[in-house]
Amino acid sequence: MKIGLIVRLVVLVLLVAFVVSPASFEWAFLPLTKNNQPAIYTQNTLLSLTLSHLTFVAIATVASTLVAVGLAIVVTRPFGAEFLPLSRSLANIGQTFPPVAVLALCVPILGFGAGPTLVALFLYGLLPIFENALTGLTTLPPSVNEAARGVGMTGRQRLLGVELPLATPVILAGIRLSVVISVATATIGSTVAASTLGEVIIAGLLSNNVAFVLQGGLVVGVMAVLIYDALSALERVLMARTGQRR
Amino acid sequence: MIEIDALTKDYLDLTVVDHVSMRIDDGDIAVIVGTSGSGKTTLLRMINRLIEPTSGSVKIDGKDTRSVPAHLLRREIGYAIQGHGLFPHRTVGQNIATVPVLMGWEKPRIAARVEELLELFQLPADQFRDRLPSELSGGQQQRVGVARALAAEPKLLLMDEPFGALDPIIRAKAQADLVGIQKRFGTTIVLVTHDMEEAIHLGTRIAVMDQGKLLQYATPAEIVVKPATDFVGELLGSGDRAFRLLGLRRIGDFVEPGEASGAPVSAEQTLRDGLEEALWSGRAVLPVVDGAGKPVGRLTLATLQRLGARPQ
Repeated sequence: MKIGLIVRLVVLVLLVAFVVSPASFEWAFLPLTKNNQPAIYTQNTLLSLTLSHLTFVAIATVASTLVAVGLAIVVTRPFGAEFLPLSRSLANIGQTFPPVAVLALCVPILGFGAGPTLVALFLYGLLPIFENALTGLTTLPPSVNEAARGVGMTGRQRLLGVELPLATPVILAGIRLSVVISVATATIGSTVAASTLGEVIIAGLLSNNVAFVLQGGLVVGVMAVLIYDALSALERVLMARTGQRR
Repeated sequence: MIEIDALTKDYLDLTVVDHVSMRIDDGDIAVIVGTSGSGKTTLLRMINRLIEPTSGSVKIDGKDTRSVPAHLLRREIGYAIQGHGLFPHRTVGQNIATVPVLMGWEKPRIAARVEELLELFQLPADQFRDRLPSELSGGQQQRVGVARALAAEPKLLLMDEPFGALDPIIRAKAQADLVGIQKRFGTTIVLVTHDMEEAIHLGTRIAVMDQGKLLQYATPAEIVVKPATDFVGELLGSGDRAFRLLGLRRIGDFVEPGEASGAPVSAEQTLRDGLEEALWSGRAVLPVVDGAGKPVGRLTLATLQRLGARPQ
C-alpha cells in the first residue's frame, strides 16, 4: 500500500512535469523520430490540451451523474417503478452506439467542435452510473429499510438520510468506470475538431510520427490509471465511513 | 390502552389476519405467539401502520390510528426488530437520536437522552456514542436497537422477534433488561415471538395465533393450565407443564414460618428455582431469605408438590 502510494505520487509528478514542460523530455522521444521530425508536439501546448481534455470529461461526467442518479431515484420510488424496464433499455441503447457513430450523427445537428463530443461522452457515461445507482438503491439491507419506515421517516427523509448515503460508494464505483471510459473516449473528439489530447495522437498518425502518438497516448493512459486509483481509494474511505464492508 | 377491533388483512384471496380483536392495557407486556405464517408479524405491523389493514380498526388511548398521517403515528410508537436494523452509516449516538431528531427536539435534550439511554443499557456513553454499529457485538447492537426505539419516550413499544438473533446467554440478559426497563418507564409492550418459553417468561398476557386467527388471549398461568385448543397445548409442549406453572410464581408468596438448614433461596426467585434447589441438594425444606439476606421463613417440598399439580 505504502509503496503503491509512492509509485503513484512519482508518476503523478512526472506526468505534471511532462505536461507543463514537454521540451525537457525531448531526449526521451528523439530516438522515436525519423527524418528530423519534431519530437514534441507544439501546435497547441500539451498543457492546454490536457486541461481541455479533462474539462470535457468533467462536464460530461457531472451531467451523466446527475441524469443517471436522478433517473435511478425516480424508477426506485413507488410512482416510478413502471419505468424501470424502459429506462434500463434506454441506458443500454446509449451504451451500444459506438462513440464514433454518435459523433458522426451529432455533427450535422450540432456542428463541429465541443458539442458532439460532449453528447457522446454524456451518453457513454450514463449506463455504468445508472446501473450502479440502481444496485445501490435496491440492495439496502431489508432490516434497515424496515427500521427507516418504522421510526417514522418520510419518503424524502429515507432517500436523503438513509438510501443515498448508503448507496454512495456503489454509485461512486459507477462514476469511476464512467470517468475512465470518458478519458479514453474523449480522444476521438479530436476527429470532429474538439480540442483534446486526441489531437496529438491524430497528428502523429497523419505524419507517421511515433513520438507524437506515444506522448498523446501516454498522457491519456496515465491520467486514466491515476484517476481510477484515486476514485477507488475514495470509495474505500466512503465504505468504511458508512460502516459497510465488502 | 390499545383496542384492536376486528382487524383483518387480506392479500388477494389469502386472509393473513382474520378479524382479530384484543385489548392491551397500559403497562402490559402482551406477547403474540405463533408459528411462522400465523399472521403475528402482520398483526404487529398493522398497529403502527407499516401494513395498512383491509378492515377493522386500531385505537390507541381511544384515538383511531388512521386519524394521523402514518409517519407521525410511527414516531410516537417505539419499534424494534430482529437484526436490530441500525443505520450502518450513523454512529450509535446518531442512531439512538433518530426519532428525537425527527420530532425536532432541542439539541441539549437529545444529547442528554442519548446519554441516559446508553447508561441504562450499560454502554458507557464516552466509549460507545461515536462508534459505528459495525464495531459492536450482536448483543450490543440489539441493545442500541431497543434504545433507539425508546428514545422519544414512547408509551407503546412494538418488538418483532427482538431477541431472535441472539445466543441463549445474551438473550436471557436482554430479556431481563427489557423487563427492568418496562418496570422503570411503565411502557406498554407488544412483542412478537415464535418461542412459547419466551412468551411465558416475558408476557403479562399472551396471544396465541394460528392461520390468522387469535386462538387464545390470556395470562400465562391460564394458558399453561387451560390451553383453549389442542394447538395451544401443542405449542406449549406437554413435557414440562408443572415446571412452567411453578416458574410463574414467586417463592415469597408461599413461605411458611419456620427454620431450615443449608443454603437459602431468595424470596424473589420462582418456585421452579426452589424445586430445582430442593431436588439438587436433596433437602425437603429450604430456608428462604429476602432481598437483603434476612431470613423470612421456609419453603417445603410438600408445598411445591401441591402447587405444581394441575389446578382443579
